[in-house]
Amino acid sequence: MFIETRNLTKQFGGLVAVKNVDFAIEKGKINAIIGPNGAGKSTFFNLVSGSYTPSAGRVMFKGNDITHLPPNKVAKLGVARTFQTTNLFEQATVLDNVIVGHRLRTKSNLFDAVLRTNRYKREEKKCREKAMEVLEFTGLTHITDQLAGSITQEEKKRVAFALALATDPEVVFLDEPAAGINPGETEGLAELMQKMVKKGITVCLIEHKMQMIMKLADKIMVLNYGEKIAEGTSEEIMNNETVIEAYLGGDASA
Amino acid sequence: MIRLHRKHYIIFGLVIAAGIFPFLNQNEYWLHILTLSFIWIIAVYGLNLLAGYTGYLSLAHAGFFAIGAYSLGLLTVKTGVNYWAALALSCLITSVIGFLIGLIALRTKEHFFAIYTLCVGYVIYLVIDKWDSLTGGVRGLIGIPAPSNIGPLSFQSSLSQYYLVLFFLLATIFIMYRIVHSLTGRTFIAIRNSEELAKTIGISTMKNKLVVFVLSTFFAGLAGALYASFIRFIGPDIGYTTVIFDLLTYLLVGGIGTMAGPIVGTILIVSVSQSLQFLQDYRMLIFGPLLTLIIIFYPRGIVGLFNEMYMKRRSRKKPRLKKTQTPYTDSEGLQEDRVKEG
Amino acid sequence: MDILTQQLFNGLTIGSVYSLVALGLTLVYGILHIPNFAHGALYMLGAYVTLTSMLLWNMNYWLAIALSVIVVGLLGVLMERLVFNPLKNAPPIHDKIAAIGILLFLEALAQLMWGADYRSMSTPYGEVVNIFGMTVTMQRMLINIGAIVVMVLLYLFLKKTFVGSTIIAMAQNRKGAHLVGINTNKVAMLTFLISGALAAIAASLSSPINLVFPGMGHLVILKAFVIIILGGMGSIPGAIVGGYILGFSESLGATYISNDYKDIIAFVLLIVILSIKPQGLFSREGF
Repeated sequence: MFIETRNLTKQFGGLVAVKNVDFAIEKGKINAIIGPNGAGKSTFFNLVSGSYTPSAGRVMFKGNDITHLPPNKVAKLGVARTFQTTNLFEQATVLDNVIVGHRLRTKSNLFDAVLRTNRYKREEKKCREKAMEVLEFTGLTHITDQLAGSITQEEKKRVAFALALATDPEVVFLDEPAAGINPGETEGLAELMQKMVKKGITVCLIEHKMQMIMKLADKIMVLNYGEKIAEGTSEEIMNNETVIEAYLGGDASA
Repeated sequence: MIRLHRKHYIIFGLVIAAGIFPFLNQNEYWLHILTLSFIWIIAVYGLNLLAGYTGYLSLAHAGFFAIGAYSLGLLTVKTGVNYWAALALSCLITSVIGFLIGLIALRTKEHFFAIYTLCVGYVIYLVIDKWDSLTGGVRGLIGIPAPSNIGPLSFQSSLSQYYLVLFFLLATIFIMYRIVHSLTGRTFIAIRNSEELAKTIGISTMKNKLVVFVLSTFFAGLAGALYASFIRFIGPDIGYTTVIFDLLTYLLVGGIGTMAGPIVGTILIVSVSQSLQFLQDYRMLIFGPLLTLIIIFYPRGIVGLFNEMYMKRRSRKKPRLKKTQTPYTDSEGLQEDRVKEG
Repeated sequence: MDILTQQLFNGLTIGSVYSLVALGLTLVYGILHIPNFAHGALYMLGAYVTLTSMLLWNMNYWLAIALSVIVVGLLGVLMERLVFNPLKNAPPIHDKIAAIGILLFLEALAQLMWGADYRSMSTPYGEVVNIFGMTVTMQRMLINIGAIVVMVLLYLFLKKTFVGSTIIAMAQNRKGAHLVGINTNKVAMLTFLISGALAAIAASLSSPINLVFPGMGHLVILKAFVIIILGGMGSIPGAIVGGYILGFSESLGATYISNDYKDIIAFVLLIVILSIKPQGLFSREGF
């Protein structure tokens, strides 16, 4: 198994946000997590990426237990993620925003920086090249020198993708990547995700835009009130009684 | 690239100006003021790295300044250690204490961090003030020696002290410049921008914050030690909160999170205060509101304002860029930018 | 035993003052999330306005306090309007620096107007009375009773009046309060008004047993911060309980440990608390 959660549970005070979720993220595929608002999708993401520590259960990555690793260590193992709102440093250029993404693969320290050692020069170059590479991959070469604050919403999403990719991940978690952008742009992002999979990077996303998910995802898990209510291909999900009920009964955001 | 060269000329020019200043201006008094300003600038750079580039407003730095000063004072006066060894030890002592305080302080964030460090600063002041047998309490510490000779070099005259402090200042600026314009500096800025995001791209935020904190206390300690041997007398009030507020004013007026801010702010405010000497006790009547107005209207201070104007002029010259965008094609410009995070 | 009761009474008196100051601080923090470093300056000005009214215009003590409450309260409102409101959406570091700027200004102003000398404030309540075998001045009794009266009034105002409940609502959920039609600007101004008034009352009550000078607010405000971290930033009962706890620990610490270092107690307490719980005791951010 690539990434696997076992009995994953998260409680906030008396509220159970995620309850006993078993889920396997399959390597080289687009995995999706859907569910009504407040179903625990984001919490699930935060648990897997190390931002939250689960109340119970485990997270396995390539056979290793990563349940209690802090997010920076999880990132080093090759798990990257984006956030719903993209926190870019708006007064710096797009390129500058992305360069730091490869920092985790470098070793140079303060003294290297002050003395400008060979190692430092090599790594600085490596980070810059990596940034250019992922910016090209995400189709942003034309705006590398623009301020992050001056680019469009869709471009910001792509920069966030680029930043995640700059960490050399094996799997990327995308938190509602298509929120707040128009259908045409959504299409473009979907293509980008497929491109990532083709390159061998596993994708796992949360999304509200149902159409996009049904077309895109190879494997879908449905959460409702923190519990997994269904899992399968888009066809299986669409014909699943429990899922239909959950969506029609709750506040359907599809 | 043209800009980079021009920037180098400006830096070169300033260094020359600082170097020949004593020959142009024979006034002992101004030499004294300028030396003192240089010492403050070193401390402000330390504060800038932490508050400006990493987003952690420390109000304990007057305390670290005082620790540096008292370490040097006590080592030279009471134990008679060689001056240079004492100087190195003072920086080391300050850094070690900084490390220990940082371990705890950096677990807190934002308001908690500011309040926590304010209290730490106050505790340092109180300890210096009350620990009579060690520090001399309110009487202070007198008879701190000037730097001892290195071979033929003597540091007894005010002119030689001026050059010594200038040397340390240039070294500080050089180190700061290298740090800020490096992967390490980018890491700090990423933490300032969003700690959560920084963590998910694999940055160990605690480790990096600790490095910055220790580094910034190191420079506060260095400034304090230089101050002690320059003024030759120290009292507990150098660790009082008013000192950190002075440092903050210098930083804010010059431009927090900018490379040139500490120099511009300190020199400007110190020289203005000198010409408003009659106001000495009441200078905060002007600087207090100035601090508040600057943070409301020009949060990047004078240097930030200047950069903005420069960018606007440049954008007029390059019509191919859209008006709504501030062109900022120089990657070196990253660090001169607005501080967004608290 | 005699010393102990005396010290407990002292602790109660100190604690009353701390609680009042901390209440103003915690209200502002709860509503606007501003750590108002200038709050100590309001406290200091409160003392000076009362003192001046009594000395210069021969005003009655109570009338002087009333004037001080109005002046300092309005000053608080002015601060909110001119400084904190424009910084509403700015990064958190800006509020703090702006507050420090105000603090520096007000202190320098006080020094200009009243000089740097330590002054004492005399009130008609200087006589010594005997209660339960303790000898205490009327003024100290007045501080204790006054503080409790103010706290009760504040409680009634917040819980029983409509205007008061808008403050509570906004403290719980700013956005929500705005959505249900509460004028958040008005509430913010009102909060600063109350906060200033509380500082003025605390200072006016305690000055007769302390001294009045431009830096008198420094220690008090620092300790008030410790108290609201102890009691939970924004919590009203926390500020009151925390204030009394600190008052008692200080007066007992001064007697049984060291008078020189009694001022450190609060900070050691804070360092210990934040070392164990970086979000403070009773932090509301459970997630």
